[in-house]
Amino acid sequence: MPEVKEYDAQNYDVIVVGAGHAGCEAALASARMGQETLLLTLNVDMLAFMPCNPSVGGPAKGIVVREIDALGGEMGRNIDKTYIQMRMLNTGKGPAVRALRAQADKAAYHRTMKHTIENTPHLTLRQGLVNSLIVEDGKARGVITATGARYHAGAVVLTAGTSSRGKIIIGELMYSSGPNNSLPSIKLSENLEQLGFKLRRFKTGTPPRVDGTSIDFSKTEEQPGDKTPNHFSFTTPDSMYLKDQLSCWMTYTNSHTHDIIRENLSRAPMFSGVIKGVGPRYCPSIEDKVVRFADKPRHQLFLEPEGRDTSEYYVGDFSTSMPEEIQLKMLHSVAGLEHAALMRPGYAIEYDVIEPWQLRANLETKVVANLFTAGQMNGTSGYEEAAGQGIMAGINAALRVQGKPAFTLGRDEAYIGVLIDDLVTKGTNEPYRLLTSRAEYRLLLRHDNADLRLTDKGHELGLIDEDRYAKFTAKRAAIEAEKQRLNTLRLKPSQVNDWLTAQGKPELKDSVTAAEFLRRPEVDYSVLTQFIPAADVDHRVTEQVEIQIKYAGYIAKEEAQVARLKRQEAKKIPAHIDYEAITGLATEARQKLTKIQPETLAQASRISGVNPADVAILSVYIEQGRIAKVH
Amino acid sequence: MSNYGEETITAISTPPGEGAISIVRLSGDDAVAIANKVFRGKDLRKVPTHTINYGHIVDPENKRVVDEVMVSVMRAPKTFTREDVVEINTHGGIVATQHVLQLVIGAGARMAEPGEFTKRAFLNGRIDLTEAESVMDIIRAKTDRAEQVAVDQLGGSLRKLIDKLRKDILDTLAQVEVNIDYPEYDTEQMTAKAMRDAATDASARLQELLATAQSGSILREGLATAIVGRPNVGKSSLLNYMMHEDKAIVTNVPGTTRDVLEEYVSVRGVPLRLVDTAGIHDTDDVVERIGVARSRKALTAADLVLLVLDASEPLTDEDKELLEATKNKKRIVVLNKQDLPAKITARELATYLEPSELINTSIKTAEGLDELESRIAKLFFGGIENSQNNVIVSNARQAGLMRQAQTSLKSVLDGLDAGMPLDLVQIDMTAAWNKLGEITGEAAPDELINQLFSQFCLGK
Repeated sequence: MPEVKEYDAQNYDVIVVGAGHAGCEAALASARMGQETLLLTLNVDMLAFMPCNPSVGGPAKGIVVREIDALGGEMGRNIDKTYIQMRMLNTGKGPAVRALRAQADKAAYHRTMKHTIENTPHLTLRQGLVNSLIVEDGKARGVITATGARYHAGAVVLTAGTSSRGKIIIGELMYSSGPNNSLPSIKLSENLEQLGFKLRRFKTGTPPRVDGTSIDFSKTEEQPGDKTPNHFSFTTPDSMYLKDQLSCWMTYTNSHTHDIIRENLSRAPMFSGVIKGVGPRYCPSIEDKVVRFADKPRHQLFLEPEGRDTSEYYVGDFSTSMPEEIQLKMLHSVAGLEHAALMRPGYAIEYDVIEPWQLRANLETKVVANLFTAGQMNGTSGYEEAAGQGIMAGINAALRVQGKPAFTLGRDEAYIGVLIDDLVTKGTNEPYRLLTSRAEYRLLLRHDNADLRLTDKGHELGLIDEDRYAKFTAKRAAIEAEKQRLNTLRLKPSQVNDWLTAQGKPELKDSVTAAEFLRRPEVDYSVLTQFIPAADVDHRVTEQVEIQIKYAGYIAKEEAQVARLKRQEAKKIPAHIDYEAITGLATEARQKLTKIQPETLAQASRISGVNPADVAILSVYIEQGRIAKVH
Repeated sequence: MSNYGEETITAISTPPGEGAISIVRLSGDDAVAIANKVFRGKDLRKVPTHTINYGHIVDPENKRVVDEVMVSVMRAPKTFTREDVVEINTHGGIVATQHVLQLVIGAGARMAEPGEFTKRAFLNGRIDLTEAESVMDIIRAKTDRAEQVAVDQLGGSLRKLIDKLRKDILDTLAQVEVNIDYPEYDTEQMTAKAMRDAATDASARLQELLATAQSGSILREGLATAIVGRPNVGKSSLLNYMMHEDKAIVTNVPGTTRDVLEEYVSVRGVPLRLVDTAGIHDTDDVVERIGVARSRKALTAADLVLLVLDASEPLTDEDKELLEATKNKKRIVVLNKQDLPAKITARELATYLEPSELINTSIKTAEGLDELESRIAKLFFGGIENSQNNVIVSNARQAGLMRQAQTSLKSVLDGLDAGMPLDLVQIDMTAAWNKLGEITGEAAPDELINQLFSQFCLGK
């Protein structure tokens, strides 16, 4: 075959490679910040495709979606336009851990996102397989595609996902492929290795899909959507809430299923040694669960519709790479799935990731400047984690081209900040999933205050338009005004004691402010308004007021911890420190610091193996250099 | 995960064992406020800078006086570290000093890292740039030494207890977390009751350990023992008996600034540090001017009081005053001179003491001395024998962190009482777990997340 001839194609400010959930956010952020942006993807029909579960949100992840929305990203708006079911989870728990989750219509989600991207100024969508980067003087300058096009740009964002040298495994069958039988990206991985990147293999998987018309739903438990309206985006009004929602269904594996799995373990690639990549502990295959939790008599499965115009159902928590023949037997052993018709078999996929400690906090690589990476190729898993990195990488690529300083979020400001800091500071040994327990200050990082935390920043970046910003500032002012009112209004014992007695609660002796009354466990805002006039404000405002007043003590505790963290974050470590030259450091600390190159003392102190004494010595060393320069 | 920001730090800043005055130093934004929490005297927050203030260190929990102190308050910037600095000058020897250190840690200070005062002095521009190298050397050297000491101090059995305690708390934390991150899974739901039980249990176990903290420092430093009584009742003879050469460990450690002599003796394995023996020696002089006033002073610092009475003379007002002054102390009343005709009867003494506190002796004939020794040993070991596997907390830093953990556990219970959601109460439970982790220094990264995945079978 003759060699493909290269040609010089257009110049852009920013090129984004890959149009999954990370790539879409990155491209939109860059274009909306005014940069001429090219979005290249292997297959435009798979833009914003959901290769695994048909849902968006959930604990921690749902909060990320709201954070993306507050920064002016698209995921929240897109799911609000395309969901088929909405549920608020953890409603019985505290405000910090409530989380919204939507079931998506996969096809509509893709179609709607594609429409948005096609209609965004400064954004060009093109199909193309990127084979290599153009790198000059250690800086990314563009990309070269398989068809020979040389695109030049000031910054490049890579979001190759599981396509990077992807390999699909189903029992004894193994073939080179991206997700859902898409084209794999082989040459780009080789190019990254040549450039000096350290890559490793990860593994993930997806369950089989079955035809809903063949499911006996009467043998399963229904999980309907919520009646109370909730959406992800600040911009979606309650009036848009979908009345006609589709249900999910719950069923269980049983001892028969487990027997089939155990009898066929020798054919399971997870156990036969075929799969080399490290899989996530939190999303194990069903064969993994049966082996590791051998005494569990059954495992939950969720049957989730993949969309409104399809009868395809996703068999949640049944991820497997067993041979197709065994998958069928396993499925048919489950209540409700006795006659299920298989539409797509489950599979495992192995792929390359970049060791994420090779990144800076702005998601720029340390190996090649002006090159940013985001999403699954950074070692994460999940659409939301990918999108959260995507918007940050897109913002930072645009800022780089504009010659402006980097934009990062702290662990106290956003789950996105926790996610990225974990990745770049600690690296990851398995596909990384966000959990609420990864956040130290989760009471501050609530889903209900994502707009309060981040809208100012999104506005400053130019990603929040003036109309929305005005609505946001009005809401913020209303919250403050209502808090002020409750702190001033007083309740006399005579007003409330009858009610308290009826509740079996101790009476008031002296008058209290309305805010103090609201702090009592038995009182909520609706109770309060039996005794004082209700304010003429949106229920999102009163919800915010109630949370801020009721949990003020705990919020203050976390804020005190954050104040301490901030002081350490303020201490920057200059680039290019020669850690070998600092004699006092312990050997392990020296190696780790050289590898990670932390940007602040706080980040340095979070590296495992770097002890307080090392941080102390480092701080003295930095101060010495700083003073020396000043003198 | 701990953050090393500009928290208020503390340490004993005088070398151990040298002199009767020790200094507990605090540095940081909250130095004055923290010292004030354990100080009874003037409101330190309101005193002018660079002043020395007389008062007492009081355990905020039981309001008991720990020591009589002088407290220097020095506000930034004219201090060693250029931060607010407080120095608590303690008088009660090492045991009391360790106790003061525990209390300020309990009140929110953090034990200083090795060399940290010097580091701060440097970072705040107090030490010349040319000395940076030596500052780094100091940190390294002190850290290496401190690590060795820490390994020695954190005995195997204490570590096991703390590890077990942390593991149990971790199980509770993981249960709450799994309910949050996997709300639809059929895992067991954590309840307020289970949380309360866990916190109550952890708190009780910590309390038991903390109760040994005092004994622990005593074991290392000696039980501060005061021999008191009016002149000529036999104090000197008792002292001389105890100082008998095969019992004496250390003799004549002169105080540097105060006229105090301390003697160390071992009574049946109990190390006694005899305080203010100078007062006893003085009474050998013809000038008997000091008497009760002097004894009273010795009492402040004493863990154990040996009150000597002369059985051959009627009970005097001075005797009665001393009986009154020592009634809340751990004491043994030595009714001496049993070889002479008795003028005091046990019945007469009954209004002032419990019969179990009384011992009849004649130091001259050695009558009752055996019993006195076994009583001292029993008094001391009696308090320890009941604790978990005889583990003793002997280090102020450990005890201080346990107190902080204890405070967090109390907040857990308060939160549950107030009907707060479990995931909020969890904040304090996690804080307690982290504090205990600082004791063993082994808060492994992602401990909780690892626990989550090993304990539960979870999906996506």
